[in-house]
Amino acid sequence: MTETILINIALVILFLPLLGFAATINLGAKIKKMYYFEIFIITATLILTIIAAFFKLSDFVNTQIGSSFTWIAFDTVKIDLGIKIDNITVIMLFVVNLISFLVHLFSLEYMKGDKRFNRYFAYLGIFTFSMLGIVLTDNLLMMYIFWELVGLSSYLLIGFWFEKKSASDAGKKAFLTNRIGDIGMFLGILILFANYNTFNFDVIYSQINLGILPFDSTVWLTAAGILLFMGAVGKSAQFPLHVWLPDAMEGPTPVSALIHAATMVAAGVYLCLRLFVMLTSDAMLVIAVVGAFTSFLAATIALTQTDIKRVLAYSTVSQLGYMIMSIGIGAYAFAFFHLVTHAFFKACLFLGSGSVIHAMHHSQELEDLGGLRKKMPVTYLTFLISTLAISGIPLTSGFLSKDGILAGTLAFGELTGHWLIPILGFTVALLTAFYMFRLLILTFHGKPGNQEKYNHAHESKWVMAFPLVLLSMLSIFIFYTPNPISAESGWFLDKWISTPETVVPESTRFEFMKSSDSELVDANFVHSKLYEETMHHVHYPAMILSVLLGGIGILFAFLFYQWKKINVDKLTNSIRPLYNLSKNKWYLDEIYNATFINGTLALSKIISWFDQYIVDGIVNGTAKITKIYSTYIKWIDTYIVDGLVNLTAILSGIIGLALRKLQTGKVQTYIVYVILSLLILLIVFKPV
Amino acid sequence: MAQVGLNHFLIVSALLFSFGLFAVVTRKNAVMVLMGIELILNASNINFIAFSKFGNFAIDGQVIALFVIVLAAAEAAIALAIVLNIYKVFSNVNVDEIDNLKE
Repeated sequence: MTETILINIALVILFLPLLGFAATINLGAKIKKMYYFEIFIITATLILTIIAAFFKLSDFVNTQIGSSFTWIAFDTVKIDLGIKIDNITVIMLFVVNLISFLVHLFSLEYMKGDKRFNRYFAYLGIFTFSMLGIVLTDNLLMMYIFWELVGLSSYLLIGFWFEKKSASDAGKKAFLTNRIGDIGMFLGILILFANYNTFNFDVIYSQINLGILPFDSTVWLTAAGILLFMGAVGKSAQFPLHVWLPDAMEGPTPVSALIHAATMVAAGVYLCLRLFVMLTSDAMLVIAVVGAFTSFLAATIALTQTDIKRVLAYSTVSQLGYMIMSIGIGAYAFAFFHLVTHAFFKACLFLGSGSVIHAMHHSQELEDLGGLRKKMPVTYLTFLISTLAISGIPLTSGFLSKDGILAGTLAFGELTGHWLIPILGFTVALLTAFYMFRLLILTFHGKPGNQEKYNHAHESKWVMAFPLVLLSMLSIFIFYTPNPISAESGWFLDKWISTPETVVPESTRFEFMKSSDSELVDANFVHSKLYEETMHHVHYPAMILSVLLGGIGILFAFLFYQWKKINVDKLTNSIRPLYNLSKNKWYLDEIYNATFINGTLALSKIISWFDQYIVDGIVNGTAKITKIYSTYIKWIDTYIVDGLVNLTAILSGIIGLALRKLQTGKVQTYIVYVILSLLILLIVFKPV
Repeated sequence: MAQVGLNHFLIVSALLFSFGLFAVVTRKNAVMVLMGIELILNASNINFIAFSKFGNFAIDGQVIALFVIVLAAAEAAIALAIVLNIYKVFSNVNVDEIDNLKE
């Protein structure tokens, strides 16, 4: 296995799903079983990915492989397209393809009988292609292209059941909200391109490392970082652009699992990981605060939602906030680690909810559910494992990654004094455990909410159960590290993922990331030693605290919903305003409606008025003036110009008529004329 | 009795020319018009001979007068032929009514 072969395999991995899409969308109308081709393609892609990941992580674990070619060459500017394969890339490839494969399998049963079955699989194919493009690219331009493609496929899949107005609205909302973030990302790309004449990540970073800053100012570097982060805010559903993700639950549930839980929303986090080295301390602080606030906001909303998918959607937003926050505080490796673990257990949760919804004939309100534990043991068990993982209970993957992030926030608080971030982080850990167990209890424990549907419910078939089992297995610690309480010595964090050294100027780094103090810098550990040491130092307190909080959350969930020791209705009544705030999603949709949407509408009304009365008025006025002017011109034409012409004609006519009388045709008259003329001539030219 | 001089000849010639012209302009009959022309020609002949007699021209004037007589004879022959043809076409020789030139 050489690097070239690896690159070729990566290219095949990238383009296979595109082939699957093209074939399925074009032939799907004629060939009914076309979706098998798409399944075959995704299986092949997955196998190739496993091969590529295996060799990359064993043979080339410390090398970065890449290849590019010049796409467009202007005078001095060259635009290259290329791929870059490092450890993060192959792990992401594996995550994306595995989940995509499992979702394909799951959908075979879940979507059975849908009239656009083939088209659905084609869309899954183009989504997979776009996502793989984001993962593999080595430059911002391609990143942006695939970024938009992901937005497109998300739009197509959210609005897949477009006959439903809410679904097509949700698709539009997702697309437009993402566009807002993308504007920022585009501006960020332009700032970098204007200064470095390249889109390539590594070239840009090496330039920054040499001290060449955009427009010679660290402010612009910060601005570029924050603007690019805006793209991630849109895609990864961070506050204030998170509103699209819960609505995106209108799409088919497997799609929610694939796109809105595991992969697409991770694109934003992935972008931040790629940008990590060029983030200044100011940019990182913004990112950390946005992430922390988002995770808190979403967790509080998730507490009171009554739709099984919406709870999961908000928990996704909350967990994405964790990852973003983790990047902001410099815990690069844990951000990626959480991205991976979250992808598996969240996909499992979503597919589990899909399984429940399927069994209950598309009922997803929590009050209809309940008591399904006995009817659907496999779904219940896998859902339970994933719920434990997301709640951060030991022995699960979620515990490892979440614990790392929480330790990172504590270290960050200790080193910089920003204590708000760890406080929010730990609060969210408590809330997450509570609302996830609330969901679990209301769905699987207690009494059935809808007896009739309950009676018809049954365990899903193996094509649906198998993905659940596999994903829940991947939520167990052993796949990441042999030590169940700390991931740092495991292969995932120790061997595969290392935090890259930041390239921004010393003055714009956090105090603890400065490399000038050589004692604090470990040559292998590019990240500052001080940070690592502080993290070690706070690891156990953080772990104990997070497990404790998780336990308390779970305990309360059981007290509230399982044993009913605390009357939920009474409690909600006593904190009615808070309850309403959460239930109505902090009124953010209403606020956006009142401000941005109505504002835009009002603005467009004003502009329309301006158009109608001022612009059109000017045009019409000009037309009127022209008309009046031309009336005068016409008058001048008819009466003066034509008059002159006619007058000439009339005069000629009159003269002609007069002269005509002279032409009698009689020879004698002519003779008289001749003689008279002769006489006149004689008189005039009379010789002297 | 005064000597008959050049002026007397010229006056006679002028009178003759005037009668001729009057005939050409006023007569309706084409033959009469031709006769008027003869008068004019003869008026010129008188002038030629008078200038020949009183001027220093030897006999050039008389010779030209002879030519004019010959020409007048030829002209009369052709003109009468034309008049005959006109008569054939219009059934009369009234110059008033022959105004096809107008068209």
